[in-house]
Amino acid sequence: MNPFELVSGWFQDPANWSGATGIPSRIAEHLQYSLLAMLIAALIAIPFGLVLGHLNRGEIVVLTIANSIRALPTLGLLTLLVILAGIGLLPPLIALIVLAIPPMLVNTFEGIRNVDRFTVDAARGIGLRGPSILWSVEAPVALPLILLGARLAAIQVISAATIAAYVGLGGLGRYIFDGLGRRDFSQVIGGSVLVALLAIATELFFVTLGAAVVSKGVTRRSKKIFTATGLGIIPGVRRKATT
Amino acid sequence: MNITSGLKLGSALAIASLTLSACASSDPLNTPAGNASGETIVVGSANFPENVILGEVYAQALEQAGFKIERKLNIGAREVLFDQIKNCTLNVVPEYNQALLAFVSPETKAKGTTEVDEALAKVLPEDLKVLKSSAAQDNNAVVVTADTAAKNNIKTLDDLAGKAPEWTFGGPTEWESRPDGYLGLQNNYGLNFKEYKVLDYSGPITISALDKGDIQAGLLFSTTPQIKSSGYVVLEDPKDSLGVNNITPLLCAKAVPDKARSILDSISSSLSTEELTAMNASYVLDKEDAADVAATWLKDQDIK
Repeated sequence: MNPFELVSGWFQDPANWSGATGIPSRIAEHLQYSLLAMLIAALIAIPFGLVLGHLNRGEIVVLTIANSIRALPTLGLLTLLVILAGIGLLPPLIALIVLAIPPMLVNTFEGIRNVDRFTVDAARGIGLRGPSILWSVEAPVALPLILLGARLAAIQVISAATIAAYVGLGGLGRYIFDGLGRRDFSQVIGGSVLVALLAIATELFFVTLGAAVVSKGVTRRSKKIFTATGLGIIPGVRRKATT
Repeated sequence: MNITSGLKLGSALAIASLTLSACASSDPLNTPAGNASGETIVVGSANFPENVILGEVYAQALEQAGFKIERKLNIGAREVLFDQIKNCTLNVVPEYNQALLAFVSPETKAKGTTEVDEALAKVLPEDLKVLKSSAAQDNNAVVVTADTAAKNNIKTLDDLAGKAPEWTFGGPTEWESRPDGYLGLQNNYGLNFKEYKVLDYSGPITISALDKGDIQAGLLFSTTPQIKSSGYVVLEDPKDSLGVNNITPLLCAKAVPDKARSILDSISSSLSTEELTAMNASYVLDKEDAADVAATWLKDQDIK
């Protein structure tokens, strides 16, 4: 039997679609772990990125911390946490949060920091002060990058949330770990396909979200600059002056 | 400027060539199948401490006898190893007779060392051979903490029956459906735990879960050093539901000459369960190197 038949057989088996071990409840568990981790990681990473980026301080600290924790092997960290804290939701949750923080922190920080200084000066010129500059000028302009950070983090979290199964929890990783242990490879591939589909769905969600919330002014201008410079015609700023 | 960029390029090239040459020499896929020349014996092992130590013991003893040895230790589970030894990419691995039999023929009814070894000899593919089993055993053991045992007066698996519905059991996923595993506990002792929590195979996660009370009973290898160091109680198995696993070398027959076989036999007959457990303790608890642990044991043996 070829792998495709094996997997389509697994997907067609009604027993795999119902109950606590069925695909819908596994997906629900998987999303639950991922959302919780993303939410907590965003609450930590984005405020830090906003404030430090606005002050333009701590480049070395932010980048060093982000890159060092990015280098932590998730499975090793998870095992360590389990030894310290016992099994339960906390260890995989922390491991996923640690995974999600670096992309969000770095992208928010760089996004805010690299907002055109002329724009910030103009805002200051019309009387805005620190926090309002951050909220009404820098954050909206940096939003595409902030969302990109969240998107990268979410994709990583969705695929890594499979490790929850390594310490006795549910989620789509259950199919992968159980299938490997029991040599039931239809389960392994089926679980992996579901994780991949979920990651693609996440990607689409963020693309849609970006289109909905990013200010039209930001997208239109950056698109113009992009195409104009990309075609090698003229730099975006000057093009605006000539039109 | 030129010097620094030259240096950078130079070091990058050096690293690249090192990496490439390292890959070339250790690429597991490049190993020619078979050992027709009879020169090198490839010793493999599964990816858990005891098996790595045993692999080292085999490798060092064969080396001392003048064989050329290539080590491929710490590879993976039986699922991965078995095919590698079947096509003779690996030549010798330390195995466990009953678990191996259950892997090759899952519906087996054989119990006990002699019966299991006879059954194994019949069902193994043509090129594969098991040598004599050692008296040293590494069995599946159901354990509870000393505290749990004392409070609930539990000594045997029978004693668990009353408590099981309130308790959680921890073990690896594949063990849940094995007739000599959790399924056997249900059938032979009527143990129906509240939950079977899927954890690792006798590793740090199961041990942590036991210590923190996340599970009340769990599966460990009987040679796990933490059983002694943490004072876990191994529950007696009066109905022989879990069976026994003797250390048994598995060979790709054509690659291992008679002299090497007699050395492996000699290791098997020298090794005891206590010594095996002590070696595991040196490795897991005292963090000694597997090669040193093996060498220390071999020094006191008369292997030939």
